[in-house]
Amino acid sequence: MSSYLIMGGRVIDPASGFDAVTNVLIEDGKVKTLGSASPRGYQVIDARGKVVAPGLIDMHTHLREPGKEDEETIASGAAAAVAGGFASVASMPNTDPPIDNEAMVEFIYLQAKRCGKANVFAIAAATKGRKGEELSEIGQLVRGGAVAFSDDGNSIANADVMRRVLQYAGMFDKAVISHCEDRNLSRDGVMNEGYMSTVLGLPGMPAIAEETMVHRDIMLAAATGSKVHIAHVSTAVSVELVRRAKEKGIRVTTEATPHHLVLDETALRTFDPNFKMSPPLRTKKDVEALRRGLTDGTIDAIASDHAPHSSEEKDVEFSAAPFGVIGLETTLPIVLTELVGKNVLSLNEAVARLTLNPARILGIPRGTLSAGAVADVTVIDLDKEIEIDPSRFISKSRNCPFAGRKLRGCATVVLVGGRIVSGGNG
Amino acid sequence: MRPEIPIEPKPGWNRRHLLGLEELSADEITLILDTARSFKEVSTRDIKKVPALRGKVIVNMFVEPSTRTKTSFSLAAKRLSADTVDFSPSTSSLSKGETLKDTARNIEAMGVDIVIVRHWAPGVPLMLSNVLKASIINAGDGAHEHPTQGLLDIFTIRELKGRIRGLKVVILGDITHSRVARSNIWGLTKLGAHVTVCGPATLVPPFIEDLGVKVSHNVDEAIADADVINLLRIQMERQKANLFPSVREYSRIFGIDGERMKRTRKDVLIMHPGPINRGVEIAPDVADGEQSVILKQVTNGLAVRMAVLFLVAGVKELEGEERA
Ligand SMILES: [Zn+2]
Repeated sequence: MSSYLIMGGRVIDPASGFDAVTNVLIEDGKVKTLGSASPRGYQVIDARGKVVAPGLIDMHTHLREPGKEDEETIASGAAAAVAGGFASVASMPNTDPPIDNEAMVEFIYLQAKRCGKANVFAIAAATKGRKGEELSEIGQLVRGGAVAFSDDGNSIANADVMRRVLQYAGMFDKAVISHCEDRNLSRDGVMNEGYMSTVLGLPGMPAIAEETMVHRDIMLAAATGSKVHIAHVSTAVSVELVRRAKEKGIRVTTEATPHHLVLDETALRTFDPNFKMSPPLRTKKDVEALRRGLTDGTIDAIASDHAPHSSEEKDVEFSAAPFGVIGLETTLPIVLTELVGKNVLSLNEAVARLTLNPARILGIPRGTLSAGAVADVTVIDLDKEIEIDPSRFISKSRNCPFAGRKLRGCATVVLVGGRIVSGGNG
Repeated sequence: MRPEIPIEPKPGWNRRHLLGLEELSADEITLILDTARSFKEVSTRDIKKVPALRGKVIVNMFVEPSTRTKTSFSLAAKRLSADTVDFSPSTSSLSKGETLKDTARNIEAMGVDIVIVRHWAPGVPLMLSNVLKASIINAGDGAHEHPTQGLLDIFTIRELKGRIRGLKVVILGDITHSRVARSNIWGLTKLGAHVTVCGPATLVPPFIEDLGVKVSHNVDEAIADADVINLLRIQMERQKANLFPSVREYSRIFGIDGERMKRTRKDVLIMHPGPINRGVEIAPDVADGEQSVILKQVTNGLAVRMAVLFLVAGVKELEGEERA
């Protein structure tokens, strides 16, 4: 295995608060030291003028394998991840069949290892078949490598089942990731319920469909003492509920997606299905509240909710299109341009929300450049100008809401376990 | 003598599509109404046909059943001497998994000038206008807009009341699911009418006040000084979706019957886009009564649709555009 000297970059390691220009020495797949020494015998990666961060982690992706390999596979998703700067992704279990037994969790790790791109950490179904009725074999799934539990795509509608999932997963200190949506309230909605849905004549999904579930799950987390992670938070009230719960010491964390942090429901005037996802794009006020939540730390992580769909499925009438947009190859440039570039987050805070924080929530040994850590590294060029062109994505799918945007900043090199998996020419 | 109405761009009109009333200015709406008035005059002559759109090909693309609107558009096209083709999805390739865009492109490749589209999904006319070179006319897209219905309602009101500005118009019924309500609201408010929407709280969509209308759930209060009451059809399936308790209760609380008519202005107009549910939103004696202008609406629909076809056909493609 090669040894690398990542030379002269601005090294940011939120775990230790380190932020200085220095070298990073990598040996045997681990970070050896940070420092000014430039010993011989190392391959040099020139990072001068660039940022060197722990390998980025996307804690919410859908890789579609098994079941919809035409939209994405574990291999294509892992390759898209590293192209977008992510050294690790956590994959959601809503495949067909769902990831709800130990062998299937092992299958994900095996496929990820075969392709040798990003790490893929498996999130397993919280209930058998994602039906929201019986607990999945959480203990055995943990043994197979599951890092968290979720029926993402659905809420667990039955509060008692959710309570038992939290209690049981709590024995293993694993987070339960909740897609908060009361289906009785969101009904046949296809967009946010509000002024825009009234103008466009599209059925709405009210904010309360999310908020009542956020409230319920926070109360259940408080009652069980277990960890709940609110996926893709999208409304001002949800953010406020999480903020207050954190103040009370309840073990709740949350993430927001780039699209919910940057876009609002007015984008739907185009009726473009690439703006259709669940939860839906909300109002400008919600976007502002999400940004405040990101700034003050209420929102712990930024996650893509990468949800590939084939163009046959997605490029249809808005009402008929499936929910979801992709994000592995746009998240970092969007965060750098729209959030760091507009002073919503400092660069250090942005890095933390893409590395250390998701690593802690998932309990995975990643997200830091401290000596001895696995050498997952992302080198970022803050000045590189790019234009989002979905036709050039590594992902198998093209359902991107940011097509045509001109952005500034992207990853240039990604190392996973001390190996260069993307870029490398400096 | 043959009336000659030359096909050329009308001053003040430069749109190739009619997708909705939201994007139109008050002047543009007035221009359509004025044009419709001259076409209505044509319909009173012995020879009802004018050669304005001779050689033009118009497709009726109705991906949702509708007899009335389709017939009205077909007749309007024929009176303008255009060739019309019907496209109904049951006999088309749409049912064989071809996407709507593919189908539309195929239709256009046959040399179509105007596509009149009715679709259950909001936004389809806009989507087609982005991919086709032909003019697109929205004949109703889901609950979004039905601009020619809005125009014919406004035309009828203006014809009978002589003005729109300052009139009090009540739109009564299921506002949430109604494209007719939306198009009426956009058009009427732009022309200066005072619009009140009235219906069960479960069938009035959120933030509708932001469109410049008042909301009421009390029919008698809402209609007391109304100049116009536009009744919307209530769909029985909304009851199954729990949006109102029963048809009996709906008609008792929100229906217009003879008794209620006694408490309205004597010159109030009763309108309905049809087809009506007699005995539900409207009692038979009201539907057939003196204040009812429902059949006038149908007559005016023809003139309004002739005007719309005529206006969009007169606008050439932008420079640099190539016909497919
Ligand atoms: Zn989800």
